[in-house]
Amino acid sequence: MALLEVDDLSVTFARRGQRAVRAVDGVSFSVDAGEVVGLVGESGCGKSVTSLAIMGLLPKQPGLRVGGKAVFDGSDLLQLDDRSRRDIRGRDIAMIFQDPLSSLNPVIPIGLQVTEVLTRHRGMRGDAAAKEAAQLLDRVGIPDPKRRLKEYPHQLSGGMRQRALIAMAVACQPRLLIADEPTTALDVTIQAQILELLKDLVRDSGTALVMITHDLGVVAGMCDSINVLYGGRVVETARRRPLFREPRHPYTVGLLGSVPRLDAGRGERLNPIPGSVRDLLPWPDGCAFAPRCTRRVDACVGEPPQLVLAHDGRSYRCVNPAPVPGLRPTEEIRETVPGEAEPGTVPAQAVPGDAPAVPGLGPAPSEEETP
Amino acid sequence: MIRFIVRRLLQLIPTLFGLSLLLFIWLRRLPGGPETAILGERGTPEMRAAIRQNLGLDEPILIQYGRFVRRLIRLDLGTSISTKREVTTEFLQRFPGTVELTITAMVIAIGIGIPLGYLAARRRGRLLDHLSVGGSLIGICIPVFFLAYILKAIFSENLGWFPSSGRQDPTIGATRITNFFVLDGLMTREWDAAADALWHLVLPGLALASIPLAIIVRITRASVLEVLNEDFVRTAEAKGLTENVVRRRHVLRNAMLPVATSIGLLTGGLLSGAVLTETVFAFSGIGAFLADSISQRDYPVLMGFIMIIAVVYVLVNLIVDLSYSLIDPRVRVR
Amino acid sequence: MTIISGKKREKIDRLAELAAREEERGVSLWQDAFRRLRRNPAAIVGAVILTIFVLVAVVGPFFVPYGPTDTMGIREGVVRVGQGLIPGHSAEHWLGYDHQGRDVFSRMVVGARQTLLVGVVSTLIGLSIGALIGGLAGAAAGLGGRWGRWVDATLMRFIDMLLAMPSLLLAVSIAALLGPSLTTVMIAVGMVSVPVFARLLRGSMIVQSHSDYVLAATSLGVRKSKIALTHVLPNSLAPVIVQATLTLATAIIEAAALSYLGLGNPDSAVPEWGVMLADAQPWLGIRPALAIYPAVAIIITALGFTLLGEAMREALDPKLRK
Repeated sequence: MALLEVDDLSVTFARRGQRAVRAVDGVSFSVDAGEVVGLVGESGCGKSVTSLAIMGLLPKQPGLRVGGKAVFDGSDLLQLDDRSRRDIRGRDIAMIFQDPLSSLNPVIPIGLQVTEVLTRHRGMRGDAAAKEAAQLLDRVGIPDPKRRLKEYPHQLSGGMRQRALIAMAVACQPRLLIADEPTTALDVTIQAQILELLKDLVRDSGTALVMITHDLGVVAGMCDSINVLYGGRVVETARRRPLFREPRHPYTVGLLGSVPRLDAGRGERLNPIPGSVRDLLPWPDGCAFAPRCTRRVDACVGEPPQLVLAHDGRSYRCVNPAPVPGLRPTEEIRETVPGEAEPGTVPAQAVPGDAPAVPGLGPAPSEEETP
Repeated sequence: MIRFIVRRLLQLIPTLFGLSLLLFIWLRRLPGGPETAILGERGTPEMRAAIRQNLGLDEPILIQYGRFVRRLIRLDLGTSISTKREVTTEFLQRFPGTVELTITAMVIAIGIGIPLGYLAARRRGRLLDHLSVGGSLIGICIPVFFLAYILKAIFSENLGWFPSSGRQDPTIGATRITNFFVLDGLMTREWDAAADALWHLVLPGLALASIPLAIIVRITRASVLEVLNEDFVRTAEAKGLTENVVRRRHVLRNAMLPVATSIGLLTGGLLSGAVLTETVFAFSGIGAFLADSISQRDYPVLMGFIMIIAVVYVLVNLIVDLSYSLIDPRVRVR
Repeated sequence: MTIISGKKREKIDRLAELAAREEERGVSLWQDAFRRLRRNPAAIVGAVILTIFVLVAVVGPFFVPYGPTDTMGIREGVVRVGQGLIPGHSAEHWLGYDHQGRDVFSRMVVGARQTLLVGVVSTLIGLSIGALIGGLAGAAAGLGGRWGRWVDATLMRFIDMLLAMPSLLLAVSIAALLGPSLTTVMIAVGMVSVPVFARLLRGSMIVQSHSDYVLAATSLGVRKSKIALTHVLPNSLAPVIVQATLTLATAIIEAAALSYLGLGNPDSAVPEWGVMLADAQPWLGIRPALAIYPAVAIIITALGFTLLGEAMREALDPKLRK
């Protein structure tokens, strides 16, 4: 049995007098113990909302509806009361956020922000907690941890802040770690360091990791299996190698095609996906990606495409998937995929994150605001 | 920290000199000098001139000012023309009443305003929120002296719960040490005197608190709403901290930053409101005395009082700035 | 030309275009704010209150049933203050008589005009002096270099001095200087709001001076005075306009306070709500309504300005824009 089994998760925001927005629309995926799973997609595809819904961290507001199941270790997280949810958060499931500066409390020292987790979940206080906190900072590669404990977030560099956040997340050796775009706000060289750190931590402790990103370089370097999201649904699920070698869903193909490659000739153009995340078709009317799809056929519109389970355990949601002998020779793709996130090969963002935001959240689709 | 305080105090000096010079020139341009106040319309020109000469008002204004400054450096503010007593003495006798009143009002405003603003933000859109937002709007719009009258009419004249005037029941015969009546009562262990003085402070304190209370409720509410949406609150929630810890350590502390700033600014307004409230409740603070001094053209009193009030105002704001740097480590005092 | 670092130069390329479109953006900002204002129920309530108030103040005095100074109650012997007799509302006198036998309703309507006049004129005084000082300081601090910082510091020390004086004391001493009259009240109340406007406009202009489009305009070689007038100032005005609306409310309340202290218009031939409220204090025991009518009128009017001002602030706040 998987550690986390997300089944048909849906999140709807309804605002008075406006059309309800379905940010997550029947997402299903599973995470095994010790596994690294990627949730990939452009800004606004619902990946952040998915993680916040699992954690029970969506801002409480009228009109918010969360449906489906998220079974962690036998209990459905979505059905838990507030008390038990707080017991699990930070102890069994921890989370790392995108912007380390705004995610740290500016007015209390780093030390307290680390020890408060230890106090809450491991009952540690005083010197014992301070000592453990220093060890945690040391473990995530913060030099001179004793001094750093007394410092405030604004005194740390961006990379250090993210390391501090990671220290807080791994303080109780959680079984599942959710990292929501943990490197997006950082410089490229720092990105690589943070990814290495995360990789080491999960390998050493056997923690499962859900990696939320729009960055295929991150995915290629870390994930065992990958779920590609579009318009609030999982459109393709595969292990890492098959996905990069033979992407089946045209959206995955498009994402891979818009990654700049070192070996491409100077004259060769990138292949961006035309249009933006806003140009989506509501799923009940057909494939949400159809308006932007290069492989669109008549069958794409009318009813939502079925999830196809392929012979090798992969699945995709497309009526006209890319043929197996890929758009390019498979050998070439394997070589150009950035490996261990070396500087210079980390791909640029697929699409700039300009989608309007649901209040208090990361970007989410909001067709209601498109004029 | 020390350097910051010293620098701020040094900055105060040119401000005070500028203020005193402006005041000096301005006050002496007021039509009708103290001689008119003393003699009325009857005095002969000779008598007037004699009084002016006696008070040193016949000399050029800059020389008068120079004398004032020389005395000021020795912390001597001169003698009141109308009461013939030292300005400092007059001040020390009256100012404690105003300070007691102002502190009472601030305690009420902060003690009710911050919790109420916080609750309103947490229950956004519910009844309590609407009530406190509506109430604070009315609190801002109601003239202080009118509110004072209403409170006095209802709670003292009709219900008889509170005394209607004064600072303390004179029949108690309390001992005076500092002229802070509550403090005196506590120091001399005359508990009934302290309680009576406190009792006299309730109604004027409430009236005076109306505007700062309304403003603090609104600022706290807005600030809490903003902080609740911050990423670090989400981080705190993600750590599984109890609601209590999230609330106190992460939400309230950050939400207090704008509130702290506003408290410093509100103090100036409070001193003005105190003048009105003191008048309604016949509360012997600086208010009525200042108003009298203006009509009497009592220059030394006016100069002295306004200068001291300016210093107090600047000091209060200095304290607020310092406390600000205690709450917010990003604000470095240099 | 300023020397600009490489990083900033990149920014400029991107922003030069923005600067060119600035005017257009400004218009849409106001339109946008107005659209949001119309959707805000608080703004509607405030606007309705103010429309009625202004209408009454402007047209009302032509239609009042009695002269506001006609002491008919005394003449007819209905009002006998000595015996505690001040009749309340009746079919002829909707709000009854005051202690001098005058028709309260007529006085309230005529008083609305005076109150509006006091509010508007004193706010205009505070706004124009404050904006002049604040605008100069802001422009000097934001664009003027070393000399500008000196100008700014001097002007701000002056404002600090004004701020260090309790506002009412300031008003009282101005009133004492000029003698009690309506003009005195307007000048005194206006002077009190000078530092608020000055600080607000200065702060807002300094923020704007550091924004990207000013950098872009500077790098294109636009003269500094022109930048200050055509770019910085118009974009800094929003908070000042909001503050002016809010100040109208406090001006009316403060004018009432000055009247209460006996510094208002001594000529009771021209009724004003603050004076009426102050005059009514001795009669609270006999007929509290005499105080309640003007007090409620002041509160509601101040509420109207406050509601509208707050709604404008919300509408113009970029942080709240979604």
